[in-house]
Amino acid sequence: MRRDVAIVSWASFETPSEPARNEVEMLLPVIQEALGNVGMTQQDIGFTVSGSSDYLQGFPFAFVGALDAVGAWPPIRESHVEMDGAFALYEAVNVLQEEGIDTALVYAFARPSRGELDRTLALQLDPYAVAPLWPDARGLAGLQAQAMKDSGRYPQLLGAGHEVPPTVVADGAVAVVLAVGDRARELTKTPAWIRGIDHRIEPPALGVRDLTTSASTTAAAAKAGATGVDAAWLHVPYPHQELVLRAALSLVDQPVYSAAGPVMVGGLAQLAAAAAGVAGGKARRAVAHATSGPCLQQNLVAVLEGGDAA
Amino acid sequence: MTEPVTMVETPIRLDYSYTPGVASSRFLRSLEHGQIVGQRCPRCLKVYMPPRGACSMCGVATDEEIVLDGKGTVTTFCVTNVPSPGLTPPYVTAWIRLDGADITSMFLIQECDPAEVRLGMRVEPVWVDESERQPNLGNIRYYRPTGEPDAPYDDYKDYV
Repeated sequence: MRRDVAIVSWASFETPSEPARNEVEMLLPVIQEALGNVGMTQQDIGFTVSGSSDYLQGFPFAFVGALDAVGAWPPIRESHVEMDGAFALYEAVNVLQEEGIDTALVYAFARPSRGELDRTLALQLDPYAVAPLWPDARGLAGLQAQAMKDSGRYPQLLGAGHEVPPTVVADGAVAVVLAVGDRARELTKTPAWIRGIDHRIEPPALGVRDLTTSASTTAAAAKAGATGVDAAWLHVPYPHQELVLRAALSLVDQPVYSAAGPVMVGGLAQLAAAAAGVAGGKARRAVAHATSGPCLQQNLVAVLEGGDAA
Repeated sequence: MTEPVTMVETPIRLDYSYTPGVASSRFLRSLEHGQIVGQRCPRCLKVYMPPRGACSMCGVATDEEIVLDGKGTVTTFCVTNVPSPGLTPPYVTAWIRLDGADITSMFLIQECDPAEVRLGMRVEPVWVDESERQPNLGNIRYYRPTGEPDAPYDDYKDYV
């Protein structure tokens, strides 16, 4: 990267089922907290980008309504990915390479507790040959777990108690503030520098790939330079996937902090948790991971370091 | 020779329970009681009707509730001459700035000749009978002229 980018602030909220507030009402205090932590307002942000899924809300361009929580006046430069917020952060890191854009706000939100999450996620699959079969997300994760058991390479999964648990249904929001170089140093004494970041995608057809490994994670880790890390924050929607990710990232005995989190939110929340880890001295150099899809179809790997930029 | 497939149909259906949110819930309940409640932005002081819980220009929560009396001013309108379900042409649809609100809302204008509808015309809501009220804007059947003098252009020029 030509310009050093750091995570300088974050805030998040998670609940099993948000009773009354809608997405915007849930998101607004989280954004305010993330900006407020470093004394910023939306006016100080050069680029805004979000991750969410309109299918979860059930109406088109629902993500545009979420801008009510940002305050898009005067008009702001913003973008959206129909994915976990971690992938929005990847876009932000790239936009921050431009001269003149020194800060970014990344946020994600989801409120799947009122819908049918397992079925809704089927709409992210190939719309012609797969989605019409309505494979539920937990079932697809189960296929992966079974393939792992059959491979003989994951004895940890054999025996009772290793059934794939239900898909995590939780509501939540997360917001992360990024800044470059000296701007980051102005905003916080403990920036979490993003030393490398990469996003790789598996072939979309689940039948053509080896579900027991994650070549995309390994490739992303290589591009991000994820070696010599002393801790890992992994986005693990289903527990068996931690084993795949540990192998793909060549983790040996480093502490691993795994979490699923709310769909669309969990990956960015793990990046924020890793930032908190390096900012708080829990790790010097950490790898953070985010995924999308019930069989780890997309993977993002970032390397975060505390201390000052070289 | 098999024919190539040129089209596939993949119908999708998902069930949702919609949550309007705190602000919209209070608004919808107020309608059930024949009242229109907006919310004022603490920063720019604009009043949203319907309220959404946040000011989309300032990005701050809008906690202060403002009760509107429902009367308003026509800021722009359209006479429709093609039939629409439940509506006999010609009928008039107007954007109305409710007194005290800083957003216009769309309602039908009835009880007057479409040719008489004009910018600045003062109008008031006609509610459905109390026994029929539901938590939705359908409680306002339409707007009708109040007979008051037209509002001066300056009152609504930013909403035309």
